[in-house]
Amino acid sequence: MKRVVYSGIEGRSLGYWGLMGVLGLFILMAAGSFFFMEHSGHHATGMDNQIVWGIPHVFAIFLIVAASGALNVASISSVFNQKIYKPLARMSAILALTLLAGGLAVLVLDLGRADRLVVAMTSYNFKSIFAWNIYLYTGFFVIVLTYLWTMFDPAMHKYTRTAGTAAFLWRLALTTGTGSIFGFLSARQGYDAAVMAPMFIIMSFAFGKAIFMILLIGTYRYTERSMSADLIMRLKNLFGVFVAAVLYFTVVFHITNLYAAEHSGFERFILIEGGIFTMLFWGVQVFLGGIVPLILIYHSAFSHNYRALIVASVLVILGGIAQVYGIVIGGQAYPLVLFPGKEVSSSFNDGVISSYTPSLPEVLLGLGGVALAIALFLFAIKVLRLVPDNLNAEHTENSSDVPC
Amino acid sequence: MSQKQKMDLNSAEHNAQVVDTARRRFLGQAAGATAVIAPGITLMTIANAEASSEGASSAKRWGMLIDTNRCEEGCKDCVIACQQENGWGIGSTDESLSNSRQKAQWIRTVTVRDTDTGHTNQLPMMCQHCEHPPCVDVCPTGASMKRADGIVLVDKHICIGCRYCMMACPYKARSFIHESMHDQKSHAPRGKGTVESCTMCVHRVDRGDQPACVESCDKGAMMFGDLNDPNSEISKKLATVSSTQIRADLGTSPGVRYSGI
Repeated sequence: MKRVVYSGIEGRSLGYWGLMGVLGLFILMAAGSFFFMEHSGHHATGMDNQIVWGIPHVFAIFLIVAASGALNVASISSVFNQKIYKPLARMSAILALTLLAGGLAVLVLDLGRADRLVVAMTSYNFKSIFAWNIYLYTGFFVIVLTYLWTMFDPAMHKYTRTAGTAAFLWRLALTTGTGSIFGFLSARQGYDAAVMAPMFIIMSFAFGKAIFMILLIGTYRYTERSMSADLIMRLKNLFGVFVAAVLYFTVVFHITNLYAAEHSGFERFILIEGGIFTMLFWGVQVFLGGIVPLILIYHSAFSHNYRALIVASVLVILGGIAQVYGIVIGGQAYPLVLFPGKEVSSSFNDGVISSYTPSLPEVLLGLGGVALAIALFLFAIKVLRLVPDNLNAEHTENSSDVPC
Repeated sequence: MSQKQKMDLNSAEHNAQVVDTARRRFLGQAAGATAVIAPGITLMTIANAEASSEGASSAKRWGMLIDTNRCEEGCKDCVIACQQENGWGIGSTDESLSNSRQKAQWIRTVTVRDTDTGHTNQLPMMCQHCEHPPCVDVCPTGASMKRADGIVLVDKHICIGCRYCMMACPYKARSFIHESMHDQKSHAPRGKGTVESCTMCVHRVDRGDQPACVESCDKGAMMFGDLNDPNSEISKKLATVSSTQIRADLGTSPGVRYSGI
């Protein structure tokens, strides 16, 4: 047994600053996009009175969902006492925070009145799931920061398990809240499903894990640190279970809708006749984001193949974005049913499938959130002692000196 | 509660009333005096404001009954009246940058066709002023609110433009303002980045008039009144004709009812 030593990455290489420069450029473009949209109003976007939430919400929700999932590795180590994961808990927790920061930044910058953010902090409607989420998000920051403190400070190690458990329970509540934003919308055919809350939780496991895998392997490769194959195998197997579980929940969600005649129109739209939405569902979400990654994870031809694991992670992220796009945009594109069983038409696009083409500023704002999350993570692992120097077997198999 | 406590409370209430009355008098005088020194519109308005204006009362529930059999196909009198009254759509110079899908519509006519029989109806569709409004439930800041008399409104001062109410409204009754507004009516403020919808012409209702759409409908297809008053014309009519709530299955209990569909 060896003691796990944490350090910051050096972060002086051309690669590090080059990457930070690119991310900074995206953040600057997102800031410019925000000011442009804030000044012009949302007429400069592809959003309208039919599609009221556009691509910024897709990125924001993806990042917020992934944030709670990124905490997963830390949770497994602290709550379920899986010692092999304990050295990774710090990175896992910090990634959860930076992803949430990126997602929330996009969310608030897409508000019609972003300048009134303080109103959202001071004027609450406690019946609103949105208002609950404001508490869930801020609470997540506080609890995960406390959790990190217990891991950093030797005097606080005895509280690490308690803090980890609190963070785990909080993240379950947080993602339940995010899923319920849609699940509670009883009037819309594409939502109105309690299963959306647990589905969002399992989506968070897969998306967060995919981002974590890429950043973990990337960090170790570029800082020339070593990592045990066993650790990667276990992370990979767990990742596979999450990817399969997302597919399972997707099947349950659509089967339930197909069984209820009132939702059959929406299902026909998403599964068969929806054009881009149908293509994204089958092609990107299910095939590229679900089936292909499962093959890359579990097929013996790709075992111990880091590159295949990275590809699988990238595909799960793409599939995840497609899934959130289908939920957010697809759910709005399908018209409200004002008179069940009857056809409606009006000057306000009643009864019509709506289309949506995101404008460049919207896309840049969303990408800026992703860039912000990654840049904050890269900055954090440079200035804080978050990354174990060595993840070889002797450091991970019996790391009893690492706070749980 | 002891007699002493009751007396204390009564005394406290009395003191509060005395203070409140004195405060009102002071503010009134101050506003009046200021208006003389610097006669601006706002100050004059304060000076002339009715001190006895009452808030909305839950004793009333304002509602409408729409007789779709009298709503003539192609007629848009109610829509035009709403536009003129509240300063949106035709006649307003605002929303020139927004495309047709981005422009606000407080009220619209919807054509409903029975796919089995081919029978068609036209009807006006606007905020249904629900008893249990989903838009109010989901609004994080409380900007979406229902008055005691059942009129559902948006407080433009605390709307942050999150659009969750638009996601939640089953009637697609709400619009988002996609650009700066310059040509507004003083009784119907509109602002970039906030959400708006039919106010049931609350400014007219509060002074005892009918909503502009109802007044404009010379076919007699729209009736406005107090649903809580069994002697009101609308309550009597609702007691004699079969009426429908749109998406009654959602349990929102709209204040706007329809007959003939």
